[in-house]
This record gives sequence, C-alpha cells and structure tokens, in this order.
Amino acid sequence: MNFRFIHVISLVVTLLFSSNVFAAAPIKIGGLFAVTGQAAFLGEPERNTAKMVVDEINKAGGVRGRNLELIVYDTAGDATKAVQLATKLIRDDKVVAIIGPSTTGESMAVIPVAEKEQIPLISCAAGIKITDPVKKWVFKTAQNDTLAVGRIYEQLQKQKLSKVSILTVSDGFGSSGREQLKAQAAKYGITIVSDDTFGPKDNDMTSQLTKIRGSEAQVIICWGTNPGPALVAKNIKQLGIKLPVYMSHGVSSKKFIELAGDASEGIRLPSGKVLVADVLPNSDAQKKSLMAFVSDYQQHYKAEGDHFGGHAWDAVMLIKDAIERGGDTPYGIRDQLEKAKQFHGIGGTFTYSPQDHAGLGKEAFVLVEVKKKDWVIVK
Amino acid sequence: MQFDQLLQYTLSGLSTGAIYALIGIGFSIIYNATGIINFAQGEFVMLGGMLTLFFLDTLKLPMWGAIPCAVAASTLAGVLFERLAIRPLRQPTPINLVIITIGGSILIRGISMLLWGKDTHAIPPFSGEEPIAIGGATILPQHLWILGITILIIALNKFYFYHTISGKAMRACSYNRRAAGLVGIDVSRMVLFSFIISSAMGAIAGIIVAPLTMTSFDVGVMLGLKGFCAAIIGGMSGGVATVLGGLILGVLESLGAGLISSGYKDAIAFIILLLLLFIRPHGLLGKAESERV
Repeated sequence: MNFRFIHVISLVVTLLFSSNVFAAAPIKIGGLFAVTGQAAFLGEPERNTAKMVVDEINKAGGVRGRNLELIVYDTAGDATKAVQLATKLIRDDKVVAIIGPSTTGESMAVIPVAEKEQIPLISCAAGIKITDPVKKWVFKTAQNDTLAVGRIYEQLQKQKLSKVSILTVSDGFGSSGREQLKAQAAKYGITIVSDDTFGPKDNDMTSQLTKIRGSEAQVIICWGTNPGPALVAKNIKQLGIKLPVYMSHGVSSKKFIELAGDASEGIRLPSGKVLVADVLPNSDAQKKSLMAFVSDYQQHYKAEGDHFGGHAWDAVMLIKDAIERGGDTPYGIRDQLEKAKQFHGIGGTFTYSPQDHAGLGKEAFVLVEVKKKDWVIVK
Repeated sequence: MQFDQLLQYTLSGLSTGAIYALIGIGFSIIYNATGIINFAQGEFVMLGGMLTLFFLDTLKLPMWGAIPCAVAASTLAGVLFERLAIRPLRQPTPINLVIITIGGSILIRGISMLLWGKDTHAIPPFSGEEPIAIGGATILPQHLWILGITILIIALNKFYFYHTISGKAMRACSYNRRAAGLVGIDVSRMVLFSFIISSAMGAIAGIIVAPLTMTSFDVGVMLGLKGFCAAIIGGMSGGVATVLGGLILGVLESLGAGLISSGYKDAIAFIILLLLLFIRPHGLLGKAESERV
C-alpha cells in the first residue's frame, strides 16, 4: 500500500517536472496602455488588440517554439504612473520589450527609463518628439502628425486652395497638430487666415466659427479627437458655412459619423488605411494584414477594429518578427527591430533604420471623405 | 465687426446661458432650503441626458416617452441622494454637507461610467435639424426648444413659490428655518422637496441641451460649475436674478470667444465668478440682505 502510494507520487512528480522541462519558459512582453481615463479611447483598443494578437501567436505555436506572455498594466493616461509601471515591468516582471504607452506625454516620460534600463520600447503614441531625434531603444508605430498635415496640404495645393482657417482643440493632440499646421503651411504656399482653439469639453463652437465665416478662408481645418470635432461639424451646418472642411486622423472612426450625423457629410480627413480596409484594391500591400486584423477584432470583441488598436497590432508583430529573426534578448530585439524592412502592418508599411525609428512615409495615410454615412477614398 | 456676427454671438450665448440659468436655479433652490451648495447638481444634468439615451436606445421608447421617464428617474436619484446621503448626517455642518455632495457627485459619475461606458453619445434633436435664419444669424430648432422650455420652467417655478402652500412654506424655510418649524412647517420635508425640484430641473436642462452638445458620463462637471457661476452672479436667488446671471454668463462667454480669443472662453466665466465674489458677494442685483427664494 505504502509502496504504491510512493509510486503514484513519484509518477505525478515526474510528469510535472517533465512538462516544465519540455515547454520552454515564455518570452515576456510588457504592455502599458491608458485603458481608463481621458485617453481610454486609445488604450482600450490597444490592450484588446495586443492580447488578441499574442493569443493567436501562441495558438499557432508561439515564436521559435516558445510562447509569448503579455503583461499589461493600466497607466490611466498618467505619466507618473506610466514611469512607475515601466520600472515594474522591467525590474520585477523582467520583460524583454515594452509596447506603449498610449499617449505622447506618457511616452516622453517613459523614454528615459527604457534608455537607462536598455529595454526596447515601441510607443503607440503619435507625437513626433518620440523618435525625433532618434533614441537608441525607442521606436513607434503610430503615424506622425507631420504626415497627416502634409497629406491635407498636398490635396489643398492640388485644388489650388491657399487660405485656410484652423480650429484646434486645446490639448496635447490639438496643439501638436496646430504646430504642424503652422510650420508646414509656407512649404505648400498656404496662408493661415485665422487660428482658433476650443476646449476639449466645450459644447458650443459657433463663436469661433462665426469668426471664420466672416474671414476670407477657403477651407476649414479642424484638429481634435471626439467629441469636439463632431460638435464643430454640427455647428458648421447650423451656421450654413459652405466651405470644404478637413479634419484630423484623430476622428477617423465610425464613431465620428455616428456623433456628427448628417453634419459629417462631405468632411474629409487623412486616415490610416484600416478605416477603408474593405474597399482597398487587392494590389495594396497592406490589404492582407488589414483584413486579418479587422475580422479577428470583430470575432473577438464584436466591435470594429480601429487604427488605435492597429498601433498595438503592429508593435506585437514587429517584436515577433524581430524575435524570429534574431534573439529573444532585449539587445537582439532592438537590433532586429532596426533592421525591419517593408513590414506591411496596419498603420502602414514600416521600414526602420538607424536614422528612422518611426518607419512610415506619407503613403501611410489615405484621404477619406464621408459619403452617405460611410468612409470613401478620395481619389 | 458686422452686425450679423454680433447677433450670432448673442443668440448662441443666450441659448447656452439659458442652460446655465436652469442649472443655477437648481443650485439656489437647494441652497435656500438647506444652506448648502449642492455640488452634485451637475450630475443630475448628466443623468438627464444619459437616462434619455438609455430609455431611447436600450428600452426603445419613443422620444416623448423617454424624456418623462428620464426626468422621473433623475428625480428619483435626487430623492435617494437626499435620503441616503444628506439626511442621515448627525451633525450637518455646512462643510460636511458640501463635502458629501462632492463625494456624491463622484459616486454618481463613477456609477454612470460603469453602466454606460466612457463614450460620448448623440441624441436626436426634438424637431429637425434645419437651421432657421434670424437676421444674418442662424439657430437650430433645438435652440428654440431650449429657450421655450427654460421660460416655461421659470414661470412654473415662480407660480409654485408664490401661489401654492408648499411653495410658500419653502420660502418660509429659506427666511428662517427655526421659525418655519415653529409655525408647523415640516422643514425636513421641504428639504426633500428642494432636492426633488432641483434634480428634476437639472435633468430637464441636461435633456434639452443634449441634442446640441451630445452627452457622456462626465458632462456634469463643467455644466455644474457654470451653473454655479450663474447662481453666484444671481446672488443665490431662485428667481430672475439667477436667470439673468446665466444669460449674462452665456453671452459674455460667446462674445469673448468670438471677439477676444477662443482660448479664454472658460477663463471668462471664472474671472467673472472671482470678481463677483470679491466685489459683490451678494450677487449682481442683490442687496446685502436680499430676499432669497
């Protein structure tokens, strides 16, 4: 009896032990996303997407026989918290790379930590400062504002429109856009005839728009994230302003059309291709990734995948490719990330280099227009 | 500067101001009955909008059914708030009560966020979206609804306070609670009434403004503060002075954003608030010991 008992125990122990030996320890990747708070519209899809992609990679056998393990913390959009959590990820959880944070402010705060601890960081925020100047350990997947502004100005130049009124939201996203709009205007022969702002929580922009109506502007450019721009669209309709309206990639989702209703008709904006994935020509190099992302997201979360989630998709896939090509150490991942070429992701086609850690060109943006409550590509 | 621009600023300002006025009156009714500033007032505005959306979208009620339901539900929330948070307090010093209202507002906001999420939602306008031209300015049908409903509510309010027994009893409480109690007025019931009236008014303000400004779980904060400004300008009176306060605030904000700089829009409201508190703490129209209703 006693003998049999020992036998069973030893069998169990052997089984436990062997399973530990055969499945190599997972590769740990950290995620810092603003899942709650003001920037939750960024952080939530990013976290969802990162989790979904890691699950799928593991289901398909992992990377070089090892599973990925994603450790996600919620920064609530707070830079101080982001720094603490980044340190925790590196020191306690021993991750080999970090994805996020979601906003530019948090990313700037976390960069010194990543640089000091020598852990590759792929930010999901758009601010140009993150990778300009280039930092050794820092990459990003979100498209720069510069590219979006350039895309709009190019179109205006083509249509020979040169007098614009700009209306920007007074937060980080808006002021960065405002800077770029002003900085690039001269290059495209554009003069800014009025420059107004609105608060992120404002509920009436007719004053600013009345001023614009009285100016000699030919185009209105509004830079912000929901709900402000939807209100601007409604106010423009109320005031009967007939000027063409351009907005930013900050509102490139179905939500904007839903909020602004009929007032969104005819509004144009630069957007990542994910918004129009289904109508892209099959020849588009990104089409395969885009369709996979959109249908996976729909399946997992019963919601439409947006380009914010796309930033996390790109980051996870870039890390996976880097691990496949080179090492699973922070050094190996960093070196391989820098060598990533022609990676067709969600945000665009990435080609990193020692001089460029943002990796995207202007073709990452397409110009879209709202027609009959849906987005169509402007030819 | 052309005339039609000025007209547009003024009209926009008046409709925003009407909302501030409604919220402001809610502040002053509770203040007069209990002596506290109810900082949860803005949350009832939010509840009005969000509950309308809930009844429209989730329960599929028509507009005319959803609005009364939303007002009733917000009023119920106001009653619960008074019963559960204000009344049980043993030693109701003003500072305790004010802190409780702030805590209550955070709680209501948090629950709404958990229930309905963080997204902003649009509510359909009551009657069409075709702009109406007045002179060189344009307004929406919804603006007319806002002005009309505000006037109606203020008239009803006036009637209640001056021509009904319970309204007169509430006024008596605001003059002197102890004396009112001595002549047989149930003061604590009057406090409950004041919460009922002001949460219903807040909810109505939230509902009529939602089609223009959209609504989300956190719209109450700013609207509540602006309403508070209006009430301060009006010297915490429940009548015309607060309405004027709201309208002045709305018009000044709108003119300031149009003529000076849009960046200072919110600053204007709070500069006015500070100046008034320094120079005329008893309100723009009020005398030092004014009649408070």
